[in-house]
Amino acid sequence: MSDQLSPDIRSYKLFVKKDCPTCELITSTTEAISAALGDRIKIFVQDDPSFLSHLPNTVDDSELESSYKDDITIVPTITIEGHPEVRIEGWDRVAWQKFFKEENAVPEIGVGLPNHKPGCGSKTLDAGMSEKLKLRYADPCQARKIELSDDEDDIESCFERGWTDGLPVVPPTPLRVVRMLAGTDRDPSDVIGNIPPDNSPLNIEKLAINAVMAGCKPEYMPLVIASVEAALQEKFCMHGLLCTTYFSSPVMIINGPVAKHLNINSGVNALGQGRRANATIGRTLQLIIRNIGGGVPGGIDRAVMGNPGKYTYCFAEDESQKDWPTLAEDQGYDRGKSVISLFAGEGLQPILDQQSRNPDSLSKSMANSLRAVVNTKLYGLADAILIVCPEHRRVFRQAGWKKSDLHEAISKHLLIPGTAIARGVDGIAEGMPEKLKDRTLAKFRPGGLHIVTTGGTAGMFSAIISGWVASGERGSQLVSQIL
Amino acid sequence: MQSPLLDPTSELKPPSKELLPRLTTLKDKTVGLIDISKPRGKEFLDQVELQLISAGAKVVRYIKPTFARTAPVELKQQISVECDAVIQGLAD
Repeated sequence: MSDQLSPDIRSYKLFVKKDCPTCELITSTTEAISAALGDRIKIFVQDDPSFLSHLPNTVDDSELESSYKDDITIVPTITIEGHPEVRIEGWDRVAWQKFFKEENAVPEIGVGLPNHKPGCGSKTLDAGMSEKLKLRYADPCQARKIELSDDEDDIESCFERGWTDGLPVVPPTPLRVVRMLAGTDRDPSDVIGNIPPDNSPLNIEKLAINAVMAGCKPEYMPLVIASVEAALQEKFCMHGLLCTTYFSSPVMIINGPVAKHLNINSGVNALGQGRRANATIGRTLQLIIRNIGGGVPGGIDRAVMGNPGKYTYCFAEDESQKDWPTLAEDQGYDRGKSVISLFAGEGLQPILDQQSRNPDSLSKSMANSLRAVVNTKLYGLADAILIVCPEHRRVFRQAGWKKSDLHEAISKHLLIPGTAIARGVDGIAEGMPEKLKDRTLAKFRPGGLHIVTTGGTAGMFSAIISGWVASGERGSQLVSQIL
Repeated sequence: MQSPLLDPTSELKPPSKELLPRLTTLKDKTVGLIDISKPRGKEFLDQVELQLISAGAKVVRYIKPTFARTAPVELKQQISVECDAVIQGLAD
C-alpha cells in the first residue's frame, strides 16, 4: 500500500447489520479491533442501532448514507477510510489477519472462528432501495419540482396542468423517474434532439418523466428513446405531421428480439388494447410532443378529426414465418436486429376476404381495398401499409408466393388510366388533374406501399393503415431506427 | 407530505417577440406573397396581388417547396431583405 495508507494514519470502516449471521459471528473480532484502534475505526450499523452499541465507535447508518457512498454490497465489509476500493467482503480469517497485519495494536483476530463464512446482502440492495438511495444522495433529476399540497389529488393535478392526452397519467414523482432512468445507460442530461413545434430540447430525464406518465416500465426506455430518434429523422417530417389538418400521426412498428423481450403484442388484438408495452410506448411520444414540443390540439395541431391512434399506435410484426421478410429487413436491417419503424398514418381499414384461396384472387381483392386509400380517385398522394393477417399469409405461402410477389401483383392491379379518375369523372368533382388524364397512374409512389404482417391466427381479415397525403420527399416517409 | 412531481414540460417560455411597426401605407412598398404549395394557392394569391397593386404596392411572389416543412432559411432571409411586408398563403 502507498505511503498515504501507512498504518499510523489509516482509518477503517466496518459495515455490518444485526440481521446477518456472519456479522453476529465476528462480534468478538469486531470488539477486539474496536478496542485496539479506538477512533481509527468506525462501525456502521445498517439496521438495528442497538447492535454493537456497547462499543464506542458505532455509527447509526440506518439511512444508509455511508453504505451508499462507499458502494457496500455485502456485510460485513471492512474497508479503509478514503479508499473504499480496498476492502474485504464477508469473513475470511486469513484475509482479515493480513488486512490488519501492520496494526500492531490489533491482536490475532478470528481465533476460534471458522476460516471463512460468506457475508449477507447489504441493505443497500434491498428491493427498491437502490433508486431510493440514488434519489436521496445522488439525485440526478434537474427538472423543476412541483410541490403539491396534501389535499391535492396528484392525478387531478396532472390534468389541471394540461399534461395529459385526456386520459389519466401516472404522476411523475422523483422516485418513479429515477426508477425509469435505471432503464437506460444514457446520462439524464443527454439531449436527444429538439421537439417540434417549439423546437424545445428533450433530454433523457424529460423523456423519462413523460415515459413515467405514459405508464412505461423502465425496460422500455431504449425503445422509447429510439422512437423519439426515429421521429426526429428529417425524412419523417414530424413538424409538418403535427401541424396537418389531416388525420395522420406516428404509427410504430417493432421488429426483432425486443418485441419478445418487452412483450409487445403481434398476435390476437395486436392493434387493440390490453398490452402495456403497445399502449405506453406509443403514448410516450405523443406526450413528449405535447409537453416538450408544445404541440397540442387546437394549437398547432389543427387536425379536422385526428384519429384514435393519436393516443397510441404501436404494435409488433409477427415474425414466425421465416421466409417472409420483416419490415425491418425491407428497410435494410438484419432480421435479428431490434428495429422500430415510424409511419405517418391513421386508422385502420378492414379487408375481409374469406373466399380467396389462390394468390391471384387474394392480391386483387387486397388491391381493390387499397384503392380507397385517401380517395378512390386520388392516386400518388399517400403511402400506405398493408397488414397481411396470418390466414391470408397462409394462402400466399401455400401457393409458393413470396412477399415480393404479392407486392408486384398489387402494384400491377393498382395501375389505372388517368381518364378513369380525372376530376369530374363519374359526376365526382374530386379526382386527378386533367393534365394527367393521358397517363397511366400508380396508386402508390415507388416505395410508398409497405407490407407487414401481424395479428391472431384465426380470421381472414387483413387491413390497411392509410398514410398522410403529404407522403414522400415533400412530406413524410417511413423511417427506421435500430436500437 | 405528498411527493412532489417533476415537470414534464420544456420549462421554456418562448421569447417574446415584438411586432415590427405596421406599415401606414402600401404605396411604393414591396409586399411579398408566399405560396405554401397548397392546391389553388396561386390563384388566390393572384387576386391578392391585384388588390395590392391597385393600392400602390409592388408585389414579389415566392413559393415554399412544400407545405409540410417550414420555409427554407435562405427563403426567409431573402424575403426579409427584399420586402417591407409579407403575406403567407396558409392552410387549405
